[in-house]
Amino acid sequence: MRVVLAEDLFLLRDGLVRLLEAHDFEIAAAVETGPELARALAELEPDVAVVDVRLPPTHTDEGLQCALQARRDRPGLPVLVLSQHVEQLYARELLADGTGGVGYLLKDRVFDAAQFVDAVRRVAAGGTAMDPQVIQQLLSRRAADDQPLGRLTPRELEVLEQMAQGRSNAAIAGKLVVTERAIAKHTANIFAKLGLEVSDDDNRRVLAVLAYLDHGR
Amino acid sequence: MYLAPPPDRGAKPSDPVPRLRETDGMTTETKKSGGDSRARGMVSAAARGLGLALVALPGAVLCFTLTLVSVALIPIGVGIVTTPWVLTGVRAFADWRRLLAAQWCGVRIPSAYRPIPEGANPWTRTFGMLGDPATWRDLRWLPVDMTAGFVTALLPAVLVLYPLEGFALAAGLWRVFTDATGGTYWYLFVPITGQVTAVVAGVLGAVLLVFAHFFTTRLLHAHFRLTRAVLAANQGELSERVRVLTETRRDAVDTSAAELRRIERDLHDGAQARLVAMGMDLGTIEMLLDKNPEQAKQLLAQARKSSADALAELRDLVRGIHPPVLAERGLGDAVRALALRLPIATEVNVELPGRAEAPVESAAYFAVSEVLTNAVKHADAERIWVDLHHADTMLRVSITDNGKGGARIGAGSGLAGVERRLGTFDGVLAVSSPAGGPTMVTMEIPCALS
Repeated sequence: MRVVLAEDLFLLRDGLVRLLEAHDFEIAAAVETGPELARALAELEPDVAVVDVRLPPTHTDEGLQCALQARRDRPGLPVLVLSQHVEQLYARELLADGTGGVGYLLKDRVFDAAQFVDAVRRVAAGGTAMDPQVIQQLLSRRAADDQPLGRLTPRELEVLEQMAQGRSNAAIAGKLVVTERAIAKHTANIFAKLGLEVSDDDNRRVLAVLAYLDHGR
Repeated sequence: MYLAPPPDRGAKPSDPVPRLRETDGMTTETKKSGGDSRARGMVSAAARGLGLALVALPGAVLCFTLTLVSVALIPIGVGIVTTPWVLTGVRAFADWRRLLAAQWCGVRIPSAYRPIPEGANPWTRTFGMLGDPATWRDLRWLPVDMTAGFVTALLPAVLVLYPLEGFALAAGLWRVFTDATGGTYWYLFVPITGQVTAVVAGVLGAVLLVFAHFFTTRLLHAHFRLTRAVLAANQGELSERVRVLTETRRDAVDTSAAELRRIERDLHDGAQARLVAMGMDLGTIEMLLDKNPEQAKQLLAQARKSSADALAELRDLVRGIHPPVLAERGLGDAVRALALRLPIATEVNVELPGRAEAPVESAAYFAVSEVLTNAVKHADAERIWVDLHHADTMLRVSITDNGKGGARIGAGSGLAGVERRLGTFDGVLAVSSPAGGPTMVTMEIPCALS
């Protein structure tokens, strides 16, 4: 699997390269600035991009802007965005096109190599990986009854929360200590309540997460 | 750039609410036009001028005489006691005229007396007041006021009343006047000798009345302009400005020193302590690696947790110093991101064509943050609306909630801190929060966008 990596701090970039290579990823390019990233994404056609939000030369949100632009040029291009801080605002922008293949994690998550690599694989496969902190921010706000999410039961919200982090039904079942069939029932209920048509299951999961992120807007 | 007060705004920078109202007053003023209201304006200007002249002349004479006597008595000691009283009276008299100038004609005359410390002894008070250039300006103004000032104040009344005499002459009363004087009676430059010249006097009166119709309000205005020319300190606005700058600079230094202390404490108790713990764990792990690999593994997990906690604390700290979204996206998106974190549904409306300077953005962000926190904590609101826009070189932010109201600047609320923070940038804060709500907090910061 070919990866384009953008990170301006040498130590972290070096560490990520070694970590990914150790897990059988091929590093197509490891760049440190926004323009370099834009060129690499356009020319190298990677399977997945791992991108730091803040990059030189402006040290603002160049990485995020490059990633969003690359996804506009090539819809569905899997992008995993890393940052020192997570914001719902950015999560929404990443998910807005509804095509999936999006990850948004705190840099701290790199500490747990197995989970991080799992997240990269999931994103590359078209899934989502939202940082638990994004989800936590959402939970602090009470859901209004008139919104679709207000109609979900607490258990269904719990399942949706796990789904937003990118977990499969099997993984959610393991986490909540119930059978996979029970989870499948919950997810079907969630999709129905959110008005998501039966279609490609992965896509519906992304849309459900998007609805989740949109709540309270 | 800091020395120039915002254009078209004469009010003191420390005085936010009247400044906001002043613009309202001006718009209603300009709406008044048409003959009817001008006639009313003429009559009121005449009445005001007459009243002013009648009070100002004796007032100015009295003030001037008393001051001269009191200052002359200083060498024998009595003056030390009386001078502060007399000068306070003079100031009150001058302040009354300042007030009238602002209320009647919209002429602003800044008052720039040096503050006299509370409870100072008569000696310090006397010489403090005599050392104030504003006192000498007052004393220069008094003779002008009792002469030129008196005339300009009286003129509007004369312009309105004199034509009435002309009409009276024309109506036949000329006989009474000529009989009373026993010779030729002059109306302006017309000698009244019979009915014909009396009619001429009447026509002249009418012309004068037309003239009065257009000029009385301007004459009263001229009176106050004269007052301002003599009474206003050319340094007045500047010294007021210096006072405000000194105050806000002290506040800014205090605030940033307090912030640094807080950051130091947070680092010391948080991230630094965790890193120490982590270093210790790593040392122990090194020792245990061969002897007890199982325990070493446990400690490794602990060390990793310490590093994650340290990172989390640093992240919160950074958010408190300068939120990353603010650096990355600017004020609009930072406030949007902030709103998303609130437990109350918040609508954010941003119309900013560019970015302000970083310090202004930061001040505005933390001000908004404080106001929002207040609303969440105390207002019991269901919804909050935030509006950010830039117009006329002003960044304007308004935050409205549908809570229970009753918010006030001061009284230990965070709003006083917000006001101080904004003061550093010549920003002002206005709060409207009747009991029962809604609360609306408005901020204005002069700045340019890039």
